Amino acid sequence: MAEHTVKAFDEDITRLRGLIAEMGGLAEVAIQEALDALVRGDEELAEKVVARDKRIDALETEVDKLAVRIIALRAPMADDLREVIAALKIGGVVERIGDYSKNIAKRVGMIEGRSRFEPLTLLPAMGELAGEMVHDVLTAYAARDPDLAREVIATDAKVDAFYNSIFRNLVSHMVENPSTISSAAQLLFVARNIERIGDHATNVAEMVHFAATGAYPPEGDR
Amino acid sequence: MGMGQNFPVAGIALAAVTFVAMILLGVDAVIALSVLLVWVGSLMVAAGRPPEPPKAVVRQQLDLGSISDLIENFSTPLMITERNTIALANRAARTMLGPHVVGQDARVALRQPEAISLLNENRNGEAIVRGLVRRQDIWQINRQAINDRLAMLELTNQTAEADISRAHTDFVANASHELRTPLAAILGYVETLREDEGKVDTPTAQKFLGIIEREAQRLHALVSDLMSLSRVEAEKHELPTEQIELAPLVERAARDAAGSARMERLDIQFAAAPRVIGDLQQLEQVVRNLVDNALKYGADDRPVRVVLDLATADQARIAVEDEGEGIAPEQIPHLTRRFYRTDPGRSRASGGTGLGLAIVKHIVERHRGRLDITSELGKGTRVVVRLPLAEQEALTAEGIDEDHDGDEREPETQQLS
Repeated sequence: MAEHTVKAFDEDITRLRGLIAEMGGLAEVAIQEALDALVRGDEELAEKVVARDKRIDALETEVDKLAVRIIALRAPMADDLREVIAALKIGGVVERIGDYSKNIAKRVGMIEGRSRFEPLTLLPAMGELAGEMVHDVLTAYAARDPDLAREVIATDAKVDAFYNSIFRNLVSHMVENPSTISSAAQLLFVARNIERIGDHATNVAEMVHFAATGAYPPEGDR
Repeated sequence: MGMGQNFPVAGIALAAVTFVAMILLGVDAVIALSVLLVWVGSLMVAAGRPPEPPKAVVRQQLDLGSISDLIENFSTPLMITERNTIALANRAARTMLGPHVVGQDARVALRQPEAISLLNENRNGEAIVRGLVRRQDIWQINRQAINDRLAMLELTNQTAEADISRAHTDFVANASHELRTPLAAILGYVETLREDEGKVDTPTAQKFLGIIEREAQRLHALVSDLMSLSRVEAEKHELPTEQIELAPLVERAARDAAGSARMERLDIQFAAAPRVIGDLQQLEQVVRNLVDNALKYGADDRPVRVVLDLATADQARIAVEDEGEGIAPEQIPHLTRRFYRTDPGRSRASGGTGLGLAIVKHIVERHRGRLDITSELGKGTRVVVRLPLAEQEALTAEGIDEDHDGDEREPETQQLS
């Protein structure tokens, strides 16, 4: 991006992007650790994930304030305005991704008979895929890379397919083993959360594309 | 910063211009004059100061441009941060993180929480982060402050080390799996025999007991192999010390491996009587494993040739050749991997542990030797072990033994032992 006459404006934008990246980094780790905690039944790790979500929330507030301040004081135009607006929206979405991870972590303690629980083995693969989407979309944001953003959007279909198969798997598991219904239902929510993380990563990808090119990606990609 | 002992020409000129301007603007001449005097006077005082030590000049030259030239071609990814933005990234860092990171907030390039806390706390130190480029990567970030504005970030890839520790975990998992398989069979048959007490007729019971015995022996072989493997690995870096006559050792070990049942397939030839520095038990194990493999995987009615000779003036060579179906070329590089089997079913059926060649490889490595496997599909396999001979002085001390070389008759005499 070309430099601005007002150097402070560049500094503000750089700081804004730094804040988004920091949020994203935290969200990535949160997904990974929430799923690790779920698979291993590690409630301590789960608590750590829940505790760290506060930091994401605090960063979101900071992003909001800074974005509003930039708009109020510098009246950005064109790509600068898109950058600020995108950051404002991405901040909100990444915060949601953090919340979903927190939600997964909160369910760790509610699942019984973990080692014999077959549907549990499918979730990490799905989580891995969603985690990769978040990772890639943040890289796309950092590099302002619309092509990578479009790739992320394309990956969402796989996550959705995963969700459908896990859903069926869990339902049939519940039918066959009524005693595990409460645990299986929890896993259903976990799968749902991961699916939502994928959708949110897609939203971020659209905004990255918008900030970089000024247009939303073509409908076929979504 | 002082301007050195140079006469402050520019400063005085500026003061003079200001004076003229003030006069032209109609400021009181006395005030204008006093401004001029104070200005010029202060400049003269500053110019009169002793010059700064020359060190300061050198310091000044260490600007971003020269740092950039310095670090550009390092193969380690290096970045220079100024406050919180990345001022410089060398080529390795740009390739790794993308050219866009220069000029960005450092958090954009390194967004992992561990890295951010390192950056934020503005301290010297290290952080380990996961998923810097790809999600499974592990990198170490080392931050060192250059001065109060600039800091250097050095990135080191630790993924390989993590891979090694994963290889160890995999080994334990594999070994446990291998141990459990025979155990499961033993437990299953024992359970059947116990539950159907009286109902199992004697021939069936005998058959079951036979299977139990075979599986127990396999378990025994596996545990022994695991133990020798771990012993060999532990001693890997200590050179062996014993002086060893290879000929009787090869003879003994080969016969040991063949046992009386397969003895007539064994064809042992000695073309030399080399002496090496080695570990008696381990070298015996090498020969035993190789001969056993050859007998097991070679065709049942074909001989197995064991040849001992000199490869070069200072290397002994033990070659074990079989005639059989051979090994596909693409499998040869993997043969010495633990638990690698070209044909798992056949290997298990013949009681193989999957560790034989891994042990051979480690022992040969410890003896600073070489292991070569050549094979032709449909013809057979030839395994060659080369071992460095014992020092020349040892040979001369017992040079008489040299005369005994070509002791091809020795096999017959040794047969009794």
